[in-house]
Amino acid sequence: MNVRERFTRGLLRAATLICASATAGILLFMLVLAVPLIASTGFRQLLFGNWAPLAGHYGILPMIAASALLTATAWGLSFPISLGCAALICELAPRRSAIWLHRMIQMMTGIPTVVYGFVGVFLLVPVIRETFAAGSGRCLLTATLVLALMITPTMVLFFVDALEAVPTGYRLAAAAAGADPIERLLWVIIPGARSGIVAGSLLAFGRALGDTLIALMLAGNAAQWPEGLLQSARTLTAHIALVIAADFESPEFRSIFLCGIVLYAITSATAMVAWRLRQRSSGGPR
Amino acid sequence: MGKMMQVVGIVGCFLLLGQDLAGAGDFAVFAGKEGAIKISGGTAHIPVMREVAERIMTLNPKVRITIAGGGSGVGIKQVGEGLVDIGNSGRKPTAEEIAAFNLKLFQWALDGVAVVVHPKNPVKALGSDQVRAIFAGKVSNWKDLGGPDQAIHVFSREETSGTREVFWTLALSKGEVSQAADVVPSNGAMKTAVAGDPAAVGYMSVGYVDQSVAAVVLDGVEPSIDNVRRGIYPVARGLFSNTKGEPGPLVKAFLDLLFAPEGQAIIQAKGFIPTGK
Repeated sequence: MNVRERFTRGLLRAATLICASATAGILLFMLVLAVPLIASTGFRQLLFGNWAPLAGHYGILPMIAASALLTATAWGLSFPISLGCAALICELAPRRSAIWLHRMIQMMTGIPTVVYGFVGVFLLVPVIRETFAAGSGRCLLTATLVLALMITPTMVLFFVDALEAVPTGYRLAAAAAGADPIERLLWVIIPGARSGIVAGSLLAFGRALGDTLIALMLAGNAAQWPEGLLQSARTLTAHIALVIAADFESPEFRSIFLCGIVLYAITSATAMVAWRLRQRSSGGPR
Repeated sequence: MGKMMQVVGIVGCFLLLGQDLAGAGDFAVFAGKEGAIKISGGTAHIPVMREVAERIMTLNPKVRITIAGGGSGVGIKQVGEGLVDIGNSGRKPTAEEIAAFNLKLFQWALDGVAVVVHPKNPVKALGSDQVRAIFAGKVSNWKDLGGPDQAIHVFSREETSGTREVFWTLALSKGEVSQAADVVPSNGAMKTAVAGDPAAVGYMSVGYVDQSVAAVVLDGVEPSIDNVRRGIYPVARGLFSNTKGEPGPLVKAFLDLLFAPEGQAIIQAKGFIPTGK
């Protein structure tokens, strides 16, 4: 191992170490600050109660529900579209239009969230308001549609990489066995790309869960239990953005802190599920 | 023709330069000064305080200004106990507080909060009982208020908003606010929301109201800047900075800035009504 190689190796190791310790540091920081919160009698109420500051209730359960519902619906809407798009690009569309579609989706990943939010406020909110006549048009459905649009490009690009990584030999073998393009896609290529598809899906899931601006601008932010997609709702991230100016000692501030912990827990759980699924699909630990 | 443009350009440059020099004038009193100013209290004051402090400290890094929140009560208490130099409050300190702490009051701005609706909404005036009913969710259709048969879309502000605090205390008499009300995070976002929704009702700082929204006449009083200044419009408060006794020269210079043209421009830019001298 020459000097240059050793240097590169050291540099990369340092980068990894910094990344890992930052993540661990955040967790540690939150746990240390959470100890008095968890020890206090109000912890269960904060986590499972409703939000009515004027009445002295500072529970974040409505926000947890809103985050879960919004993320799940946006992801559920985006996943089939993304998989279809990726299949078009890799297998089904003529080469010229496939390249064109691929480029467009690459461009879409570069659009900042706030632009989606802005367009949503001025274009989608009035449409939803007029169509359903069930409130101001700022609701989970509006946020879901825009959020799905935002996470789709990420998922598509991941899926395209995954589909392209399936060895050509599989395709040829399937074709030789008499499979048409759709059958090849469904029975050979998608199963072969499973680990990449899982990774892309979970990354998009994490993005949807962590996104703040779209929910803040479009979901309405009413801190109530979301009973339907046409209701105004407040996600965990939007709640943090709205209440961040509170005093350190106030119950409002404690609540956003708890929001942070819940988000961290869900994201970590997602990452772990992804890890397990990838291990299983690649036939054991690497 | 070309020469004339040149002359116009040069004169323009001088005009700009002149303005710039005059602008530095208000802040120039801090040149060569040294020391620290500690400020705490009302959160509504913070944007203005921060802007003024930043400009002073950019001009003269030897002046250190720290700004903390805490609320009006904290501001009055801390300045009274000598913990800070300036204690801000969003209400006039009571006679007892003034006497006990020997406070000197500087009211440098007014903050009025108007109920706003879409300009096309025929409802142009409301009583305070009607406003309370709307925000509590008890009246939910414009037809009950003399408007079209259309559900009311209520917009409110986040829990830490000073505008919400004023509105909730003075217009709603600390009454109920419906859980179903949409929440927007700023005066600007409120304007966007109400301007884009014919059935919306919300509230915002009077300084932010323009033609894109319609300010509702409340109990017969129009929420104009003038009416706020004259003390006729009820949903308004003064922004006070309080000192314990006569302020020292550095603190005095800081407070004077809030009444100088440049300081008033900052106050106005942050959505308040400067009182001036």
